[in-house]
Amino acid sequence: MSTYTAAKVVAAREIKVKLRDKTFLFSTAFFLLFSIAVTVLPAIFSGGPTTVAVADQATATVLQQADLEVRVVADDAAAEKLLRDGDVDAAVIAGPEVLAMQDRPGDVVSALSTAPPVRILDPNAVDPFLAYIVPFALAFVFFFTSFLFGLQIAQSVTEEKQTRIVEILVASVPTRALLAGKVAALSLLAFVQVALIAIVTLVGSRLAGLDSGVLRLLEPTIGWFVAFFVVGFVMLAALWAGVGAMASRPEELSSSSQPVQMAVMLPFFAVIFFGENDLVMRVLSYVPISAPVAMPVRVFTGDAALWEPLVSLVIMAATAALLLAVGTRIYEGSLLRTNGKTSWATAWRSRTTG
Amino acid sequence: MLNVDSVSRSFGDRAVLKNVSFSVGGGKLTGFVGANGAGKTTTMRIILGVLAADTGEVTLGGTPLTREIRQRFGYMPEERGLYPKMTVHDQIVYLGRLHGLSSAAAEERTGKLLDRLGLGERAGEKLEKLSLGNQQRAQVAAALVHDPEVLVLDEPFSGLDPIAVETMVEVLRDRAASGAPVLFSSHQLELVERLCDDLVIIAGGTIAAAGDRATLRAQHAVPRYQLQVDADAGWLRDQPGVTLIDLDGARAVFDLEPGFDDQKVLHAALERGPVRAFGPVVPTLTEIFREVIR
Repeated sequence: MSTYTAAKVVAAREIKVKLRDKTFLFSTAFFLLFSIAVTVLPAIFSGGPTTVAVADQATATVLQQADLEVRVVADDAAAEKLLRDGDVDAAVIAGPEVLAMQDRPGDVVSALSTAPPVRILDPNAVDPFLAYIVPFALAFVFFFTSFLFGLQIAQSVTEEKQTRIVEILVASVPTRALLAGKVAALSLLAFVQVALIAIVTLVGSRLAGLDSGVLRLLEPTIGWFVAFFVVGFVMLAALWAGVGAMASRPEELSSSSQPVQMAVMLPFFAVIFFGENDLVMRVLSYVPISAPVAMPVRVFTGDAALWEPLVSLVIMAATAALLLAVGTRIYEGSLLRTNGKTSWATAWRSRTTG
Repeated sequence: MLNVDSVSRSFGDRAVLKNVSFSVGGGKLTGFVGANGAGKTTTMRIILGVLAADTGEVTLGGTPLTREIRQRFGYMPEERGLYPKMTVHDQIVYLGRLHGLSSAAAEERTGKLLDRLGLGERAGEKLEKLSLGNQQRAQVAAALVHDPEVLVLDEPFSGLDPIAVETMVEVLRDRAASGAPVLFSSHQLELVERLCDDLVIIAGGTIAAAGDRATLRAQHAVPRYQLQVDADAGWLRDQPGVTLIDLDGARAVFDLEPGFDDQKVLHAALERGPVRAFGPVVPTLTEIFREVIR
């Protein structure tokens, strides 16, 4: 049996086991709810377009053109009654005069006024709420998913080592097939989860009637994010397997996996803290471990030229190739050492299998 | 025939195997015995390719072992282990697949094997829910699912209840009968003695003795006899050429120096009264073992 076939059998088992795993199902459900909440809830709370009652037909036409929900009534008294009953947000009576209960209905007023011409100097400037929540959401999804699935690669390796089944496995298939199967399976599952989140977010934001200008920014951002996520995850996947093999018991995993945990955690905090600093973000968007979050954020804020994500992806892919080799060597060097935790130096030096 | 040829292996500066050579014949049960730390497990790991030899090689029918050849081996490691949270059925099928069986073949073999090992009804349960004895049976299934052409089992009998021991014996004999070389290690020397055609004794990383059981016995047989008479057998002490090993009233065990005739001793006994039993004592495996590892 070829390494490829063996890796496929290994990957199939990993996927089957994970699909029955509660942690996986829970995290997927959690993220989907989270993305629905972020995109759809604000629209629900804002209550849709302002409703306005009006008696005059000409005024009604003007208001309708301004995308307001208009209820045409018989006379001004009926309009005022609807307003007092809470059925509409505002009423326009003869004058024209605008009536409202508490808040000044800005959109009704501007629909009826002649506005001076406006020139936007920085057309990409995003709504401050979105400018805050989008980088945070990207950083959070990357950190959480990458950490969760990475840790599962490590745990699955440690489990095989602790239960000693690894000896039977290594006696029947090449170690590389084991590693490749695990990395492929968990990368695929992580990708599916992130892609699902991306789709739900995009569909959700369309349904929620998000401003088309924002959508024009959000769509490429999410697209790039998914691409960056996959490369970024695969980049660290073999290292996760390596640190999993260094631990001979699950208790040792938290210490052996620390360097990789840092590699996932630091970019998260860096993007949260330096999100406003253009220079730092520019640097972070090229550093392989932080690029998966920093570059999509720069795409969203409109700071990144079209070629920039591509260059950053190439740098990441090269780093991924290197780290896959390092992870493989660590994995092979420590997989069959059962006497306690293996050190990085020992794992690097020794290749035990025949 | 599986051949281990001049295999050496060190861990750091500790030489665990020194020039180990022996062969495991097809169709035979070969017992692999030795004290703890003598090198049994290391040897088996090298045969399976889990560990590399520093020098020397292992061949099957003259061909050096490759991954493809080893894939047809069945292996039961010293430290048992399967996936605790996977069902028995699923993991045996999985291991069958990893040994190159098609999905359908793995399913079919797993069903038959688990039935035969008495695990048919527990097949759908998670391994961790099974008793230790049943987990051990599952481990046997893991080693056999792909109809291995060579079986290498490290302590297959440890932890088995008497019924499971018999099942295991049956399984091993069955494999050997189909022509496969079967090598297994054990500390239960009586069991090895009862089962094995061939023996390999390892001590301190070198092969102390190897060969078929009868030859080994003949090689290590000292001219030792036992005698059962009605009266006290203490007179044997003064018989020329006799060294008393054990005397218990009317029963005696003694060695005879070369050049002395055992029949003379028998005559001497008959002159003193009736003889109930007289004959050579064949050394047990335990005795041979004690002697060769000394």
